[in-house]
Amino acid sequence: MSSVPNRPTESFDATRAGNAVLGKSVVVKGQVLSREDLTIDGEVEGTIEMQEHRLTIGQNGKVRASVKAREVIVMGTLHGNVETGDRIDIRKEAKLVGDIRTARIVIEDGAYFKGNVDIVRAEVPKPAAVASAPKPANPPPANSPVSAGPAMAAGVGEIKR
Amino acid sequence: METRSSSGLDQFCSLLVERPGLTLLDLAGANQSTMGFLTNLGHRVYSDDILLQMDRCFGDGNFYENQSDAQKVAQFLDSALDYPAQHFDGALVWDSLEFLTGPLLETVVGRLSNMLRPGSYMLALFHAEERAETIPTYSYRIQDRKTITLAPRGRRRPAQFFNNRSLEKLFHDFESVKFFLTRDHLREVIVRR
Repeated sequence: MSSVPNRPTESFDATRAGNAVLGKSVVVKGQVLSREDLTIDGEVEGTIEMQEHRLTIGQNGKVRASVKAREVIVMGTLHGNVETGDRIDIRKEAKLVGDIRTARIVIEDGAYFKGNVDIVRAEVPKPAAVASAPKPANPPPANSPVSAGPAMAAGVGEIKR
Repeated sequence: METRSSSGLDQFCSLLVERPGLTLLDLAGANQSTMGFLTNLGHRVYSDDILLQMDRCFGDGNFYENQSDAQKVAQFLDSALDYPAQHFDGALVWDSLEFLTGPLLETVVGRLSNMLRPGSYMLALFHAEERAETIPTYSYRIQDRKTITLAPRGRRRPAQFFNNRSLEKLFHDFESVKFFLTRDHLREVIVRR
């Protein structure tokens, strides 16, 4: 399936309620607008906008586009800038080259990412309006046990000009 | 994965806690730990894996001989170090400079100097054990401001070994050079642009 360039391509499979899929053999060039979650396993070149929904780029997916979505999961290849309202998840073996603006980011070991990450902090509600403490905008750094450090500084030198 | 404490990182982080909203360059390859640490402090992070870029550009054949191939060098500089002047407030280059031969090393350090704003810091690591034929390479990850996690990436032959004098010469364009010689034969170097 191929769309006309620069013409919005909306819901691809109306029978799959809540999750449209672009299969392996599908190539789309142009503007993709989606009002439901979308999985791309084919190729897309252009722009993708689905600000209230989740975009998943499958393992076979190759996307060369600027992306605006609520949430993005990358398992394949994405070249382009990404803006998410919620989070981006770059999975193992994914490749992402581009700048990211997001509230939260998850990068699995084995993923390749080249670009800038700009964390956009969500506004913290006033204490009176929330029942519990707000979640942090970022996931905490990966934890691993700290072993006794054999690498304490044994000497220091400084040269100033 | 092992962890080690790092006085050099602690020094680098002193800049980060003083001033939020900095633009930082991390050449270790994107990882959750470093990304989480730096962005939680309110900074923007530009991430790339410079060792991977080196392998892509010079890895086909003799890694070090290829570093004198003008076309390959141009490709490497364009893909790995093509940033505007004074774009970054800090850079983490880790041990990557050890795997660059003389002329390219000088070019790369010159580019890094150009990319950094005056007053910014750069952290680099150098193995100090001169007899070693190969040295371990790692993906360096910040766990906290004094602790690095080391994810092993095999061993490599370094292009050369550095002592304090050769490091001072290498970073002669920088305002200051500070060394931390650790007990595990690693020189942590903080240079101030």
